[in-house]
Amino acid sequence: MSARPTAREEILARMRRALDGAGEAPVPPREYRRSLDADADITAMLIDRLVDYKANVHHGLASIAAALGDAKRVVVPADLPEDWRLGGAEFVPDTGLSTADLDGTDAVLTGCAAAVAVSGTIMLDTGAAQGRRAITLVPDHHVVVVRREQIVGHLAEALPMLDPVAPQTWISGPSATSDIELQRVEGVHGPRRLDVVLLED
Amino acid sequence: MSTRIVPAASLIPADAPFPKAAKVALGMPQLRKNLAHATGTIRAKRANVAGELDDWESLRDTASAIKADVQHRLPELAVEFERNATAAGARVHWARDAQEANEIAARIVREAGADEVVKVKSMATQEIELNEHFEAVGLKAFETDLAELIVQLAEDKPSHILVPAIHYNRTEIRDIFDQKMGDAPKGLTDEPAALAEAARQHLRRRFLSAKVAVSGANFAVAETGSLVVVESEGNGRMCLTMPRTLISIVGIEKLLPRFADLEVFMQLLPRSSTGERMNPYTSVWTGAREGDGPEDVHVILLDNGRTGVLADEVGRQALSCIRCSACLNVCPVYERTGGHAYGHVYPGPIGAILAPQLEPGRHDDLPYASSLCGACYEVCPVKINIPEVLVHLRQQGPHQAGERAAMRAAKAVMARPRLWRAALKAARIGSMPWRRKGFLRRLPWPGSKWTVSRDLPVPPKEDFRDWWKERQR
Ligand code: SF4
Repeated sequence: MSARPTAREEILARMRRALDGAGEAPVPPREYRRSLDADADITAMLIDRLVDYKANVHHGLASIAAALGDAKRVVVPADLPEDWRLGGAEFVPDTGLSTADLDGTDAVLTGCAAAVAVSGTIMLDTGAAQGRRAITLVPDHHVVVVRREQIVGHLAEALPMLDPVAPQTWISGPSATSDIELQRVEGVHGPRRLDVVLLED
Repeated sequence: MSTRIVPAASLIPADAPFPKAAKVALGMPQLRKNLAHATGTIRAKRANVAGELDDWESLRDTASAIKADVQHRLPELAVEFERNATAAGARVHWARDAQEANEIAARIVREAGADEVVKVKSMATQEIELNEHFEAVGLKAFETDLAELIVQLAEDKPSHILVPAIHYNRTEIRDIFDQKMGDAPKGLTDEPAALAEAARQHLRRRFLSAKVAVSGANFAVAETGSLVVVESEGNGRMCLTMPRTLISIVGIEKLLPRFADLEVFMQLLPRSSTGERMNPYTSVWTGAREGDGPEDVHVILLDNGRTGVLADEVGRQALSCIRCSACLNVCPVYERTGGHAYGHVYPGPIGAILAPQLEPGRHDDLPYASSLCGACYEVCPVKINIPEVLVHLRQQGPHQAGERAAMRAAKAVMARPRLWRAALKAARIGSMPWRRKGFLRRLPWPGSKWTVSRDLPVPPKEDFRDWWKERQR
C-alpha cells in the first residue's frame, strides 16, 4: 500500500499539472524609475512628506532634547551614541527589558538604516543604534535620528541599504487608521508621536 | 441615544444569488450613503498619489509581468521560499484546503499552551473561516485591526477587502462600541480620534500579554524566505513582535522572486489601496531572530483552490491580485450594492472573477455582477484584465435553457445571409410603432426575460446593408 501523498507533494503536483504546457513567462520589463532627477532636493522633499504625514521634524544634534519633549524615561538601544543622549530625561538602555518595563517608558530614541524622500519613509532593520523591534513599538513616542547620508530619493535606492533578512520596520508617519469613513486619523496602537531629527552635516 | 445595532450582513439572505441579494442591499439607503461617501473619498486620494508618479504605467507593466512570471514558476519558487524560511528558523507547513490549514493552526496554538490568539487582518484567514473554526474547537481569535474589531463586535461580516467596516459611518461605530465593547469609555463621542483611542485602550493589555498571533502576509519573498505585512495602525507590529508564537497563513500566489521586487509592489500597493504614498507601517521578517520577536515561527502555505485557478490560462491572472481594493472603489456595481451582496469574502470586481474560480460551481452568477465598463482594469495596479476574465467565465459558466435556445436560433439565422436579412426586415417592421421613442421597454414573453431589467433599442429605419447598397449606386 502506498502512503497518501503529503500535502506538500500533492500541492506541488497540482501546480505542475496546472502549468503543463504553459511555457515560460516573458522576462519582466524594468522601465520604471529607480531614482529621482539629479537636481531633486531630497532633504527638502523628505521634510515635506514627513510633515504631510504628521511627523515633527527637527534639525541638528542639539534639537534631540526638544524632540524628546517632557519625556521622563527614555528607552534607548544599548549601542546608541552617547552624545545623542541629550536633555533632562533618564535614558534606559535596553538590555532585555520586559514588556512591562517598556510600557513604563515615555519615549524611545533610536537611529535608522535609511530614509526615503519620495514617501517620507524611515526604515529600521535592527542594525546600529536601532535596537530590537519591541522598543520602537511599545513606547508612545518615537524620536528617530536620520543622518544626511542615510537619506535617498527613491525606494529602489533604499532597499540595498537594508539587511534583507533582518527584521525590518518601515515607518511613514505615526500610527494611523483610515478605517472610519476612510479618513486618516493619527494614533492607534503604535507610537502616536513621531519626531525626526535630521543631522545635516 | 444610540440606536440598536443590526449587523448589515444579517439582512441579506444567506446564499442568495447576487441579483436577489443586491436588491436587498439597494433598499438600504444608509448603507448606500456610507458607501458612496467612503468610495468617493478614496477614489480621489488614489488618483492624486498615483498621478504623482510619472512612471505609474511602467510600474504596472512590471508588476503584472512579475506576477505572471511567479505563476509560471510557482513550484520552484514555493520550494525556494520553504528552503530559505526553514533555514532561517521558521517551520513551513502546507495546506491543501481550508480545513487542513485550520487544523494545523489550531494544533500549533494548543502546542503553545494557549487558547486564544490575537489576529492581524488577513484575507486568507477570512477565506478559510479560521475564527469560526477556532470557535468550534474551543479557541478564541481576537481581531485587532480597527475595522475588523468593529465588524467582530457587531457580529457582522466584512464588506470590503481593505476597510471591512466601510458600510458603517462614525455614529454607527460609536453605537457598536457603546453597546458591545464592555470597556468603552463613558460618554464616547463619534469623533474618529476618540473611537481610535477607545480601540487602543481596549486592545492594549491583550497585545502586551498575548502568547500567540495569527497573521497573513502581503508578500512572501522566495529569495530570502521573508514575509511582508503592510498595515497602518500598529496592531500588525504588535502581533508580529510581542507574542512568542507566530502563525502566518499565506496563499501560494503571494510569492515574489526577489527582495528587490518590493521596490515595485511597495510603490503600487499603498497608493492603490489607501491612497497614501506609503502606509504607516510595513513589517518584514525572516524566520525567527534571537532576542527579537517570536521564537516559534510558523508559515502555512495555502492552496484552497488556487492551483485550480492556475490551470485556467485566462483565469489565472486573478492570482496576481495584491488585494488593494482599488477595483472595488471604482466599481459602479459595488458602490451601490456593497460587499455583502456578493456572498463571498472577496467582493467587487476581483471577487466576481476569483470566487467562481476558487469554488467552482458556487458563484456562477457573480461574473454577471458587472456592466463591463472596464474601470477596474484601468485602476488595477497589477493590470488584471478583469473584464476579459468576466467574459471568459460567462462563456464557461452554465447558461439557462432559454438563453441557450435563443443563442442557437440566433446562430442559425446569422449563419444564413438570406434569413438574416429577412429577420432584420421583420424586426424593423415589427418595431415601427415605437420608432419615435427610440427604445422598447417591455417585450412579450420570452423577450420579457430581457426587458425586465433592460431597455431594447429600436432597430434603425435603414440597416447598414441597405445603406451600403444605396451608396454603391
Ligand atoms: S484585482 Fe487589482 S485592483 Fe482589484 S484588489 Fe486585486 S490588485 Fe487591487
